[in-house]
Amino acid sequence: MNQRAPIEEQIDLPFVESLRISFQSLKIRFGRSIITTAGITLGIAFLVSVWTNNEIGIALQESGRQSTINTFEETTEKGISTKDIWLIVMSLIVCVVGIANSMLMAVTERFREIGTMKCLGALDGFVVRLFLLESGFQGFSGALIGALLGTLGAVLLGLKDYGLDLFFYFPLLPSRPEDGPMQLGVIVVILLGCVLGMILAVIGSSFPAWRAAKLPPAEAMRTEV
Amino acid sequence: MPDIVVKTEDVVKEYRMGSNVLRALDGINIEIERGEYISLMGPSGSGKSTLFNMIGALDQPTEGQVYIDSQNMSHLSQRQIAAFRCHRVGYIFQSYNLLPVRSAHGNVTLPMIFAGIPEKQRNEKAEELLARVGLGDRMYHLPDELSGGQRQRVAIARALANDPSIILADEPTANLDTITGREIIDLIKQLNNEQGVTVISATHDLKMLDVSDRIVDIRDGLVERIRNRDEIEIEVGEVGGE
Repeated sequence: MNQRAPIEEQIDLPFVESLRISFQSLKIRFGRSIITTAGITLGIAFLVSVWTNNEIGIALQESGRQSTINTFEETTEKGISTKDIWLIVMSLIVCVVGIANSMLMAVTERFREIGTMKCLGALDGFVVRLFLLESGFQGFSGALIGALLGTLGAVLLGLKDYGLDLFFYFPLLPSRPEDGPMQLGVIVVILLGCVLGMILAVIGSSFPAWRAAKLPPAEAMRTEV
Repeated sequence: MPDIVVKTEDVVKEYRMGSNVLRALDGINIEIERGEYISLMGPSGSGKSTLFNMIGALDQPTEGQVYIDSQNMSHLSQRQIAAFRCHRVGYIFQSYNLLPVRSAHGNVTLPMIFAGIPEKQRNEKAEELLARVGLGDRMYHLPDELSGGQRQRVAIARALANDPSIILADEPTANLDTITGREIIDLIKQLNNEQGVTVISATHDLKMLDVSDRIVDIRDGLVERIRNRDEIEIEVGEVGGE
């Protein structure tokens, strides 16, 4: 207890320590983590299913095997309809808003915890890093599950529309037909879905976490949710 | 010459509520000596919790200065403030403020993690502190599995983790029944006696009166009066005799 010595500077914590604390937090709040993650899963599942469905539609049209029950009446020569574009844009918006909302809620209900950690000597950056790690992991795992579910949904829908032909022309890899638009392929769509889910989760949580970490602890702890 | 650990100079704190400005502290001047047990008393809304936050570097004054160990708190960097909260002060709150995701043991080790103390050492220290506050058999329970009095004991053990020179207690007994509250006060007083740690407590619990060396009465953001122990004892006698 060198009480009269000048006040020293707070040290940075090793990364492993942050990793351990954030995983412990996820594990113990498993129920709540699942709900937050489910928000991400649903958003990404919706987006990926619409997107994959569209990829499948284009691939089968390119192959000359039109759907027996083609519901897209406005299909252009190049195989992509304005309706498809609208659907993708809409699902992207739903996905962004849904994930941002889940993460905002999850962080806001922990303002008091953030204030307490600062009372115990946590640096602002450490608090933000904890939330970044937690949400990054939640975002990635939620989005991966969502992307796989979404793909499964799109495949089932495709089977209904195209029958087993679907598997002969399944757009797994990126391709560029001579006269058609670039096709991303299902694998790239899944990857993009995962990355998007993770980025949205990290942005959605680190912004409020950063705001809470900047507040004086007294104010953060006063916040009622 | 007295060893002053906390000194405030004309501390003013204003809160902006829409277009209104609420003056919670209206120029507070106090000096607290090392090893003292001080109670900040006053009705709710008097500004005692605000003053508590200023002394603990949990908030910044609008005007005026706070000196702790002769350091002007407004001159500290972010890192120094974090280190100050980590090493110099132990906080005890009315609502315990334990981290719900960490066990009693995990809560006590957290400030030591922030201080960079090696794992083995901090685990041992946490066990020792929890045993001292009487929770040796409930170390690995989550806060939700503990009673109010037990949670406050965890908070006290956590406050002591980095051997602070000041314990700041904000209404530590307000959520507890009379007997448990008494036990918590006795525990804090014991630490004050045995370790010479300075205790600053915001309270309106009369049980705190007879353990305090001095009582600072706060009213409307000002120091109304400061009473010494001998004056207090007389008053407690009167209260007890009624």
